[in-house]
Amino acid sequence: MSPEAVTRLPVTSDVQISGARHAVREAAIAAGFSLVEQTKLVTAASELARNTLVHGGGGHMEITTLGRDQRGIRLTFTDSGPGIPDVAAALSDGYTTGQGLGLGLGGARRLVNEFAIDTGPGRGTTVTVASWPRGARRVTL
Amino acid sequence: MDRIPILRLGRVLLASIQQELTDDIALALQQDLTEMAAAGADGVIIDISGVDVVDSFLARVLSEIAAAARMLAGETVVAGMRPSVAITLVEMGLSLRGLRTARSLSDALSALGLGEARIQGRS
Repeated sequence: MSPEAVTRLPVTSDVQISGARHAVREAAIAAGFSLVEQTKLVTAASELARNTLVHGGGGHMEITTLGRDQRGIRLTFTDSGPGIPDVAAALSDGYTTGQGLGLGLGGARRLVNEFAIDTGPGRGTTVTVASWPRGARRVTL
Repeated sequence: MDRIPILRLGRVLLASIQQELTDDIALALQQDLTEMAAAGADGVIIDISGVDVVDSFLARVLSEIAAAARMLAGETVVAGMRPSVAITLVEMGLSLRGLRTARSLSDALSALGLGEARIQGRS
């Protein structure tokens, strides 16, 4: 397997959420995602980056291209904020702490092929998502 | 910080988003449009044909603009949503309830009783 290309970006301001969207869009185009596939992944990234900023107090995003043909994309959002006490509740629609429409985390999950979250009170939150363009060979998250 | 310019077409306010929309710029647009609507307008059009991503935050801002404008000015029409954005919103589970949409700016103008012919006639 060829070495994975990793890009790491800070997420500490609303301008950097915008920067994260641009970086994910570029990676998705390079990986051969269709326009709709790009839009889904970029929208998911926007939701998750905002969570990192607003609920996690800021953190970073990593973009990794996956697989031999480098057509999959994995995004990891990491913060060292308070963590999410009840993940199931946070993933359900309507859960909100005031921002957005309460669809951030659950909505992002519906826009990607794979979704994983590692969080708990006092230990921050890491959300990992991965998507592939239609027809690409998938490797596991 | 950049702001989205707001045009006045008769009694209709028009904001065309043609730049990368940070959260702060979206919130400034909400404030500016609401203040201008309060100062006197019969409708609001927000052209999002230049917007390639609508996430839940921007969706909420658009819905709140429409809700405030409904009390102050009248209908808000969101014009020119890209098909890829519409597909993504539906998959995400965001239906933008209460938000009137139009395929294009000219459809939005017609919807608010301000047809293209009238606009052209004025220039």
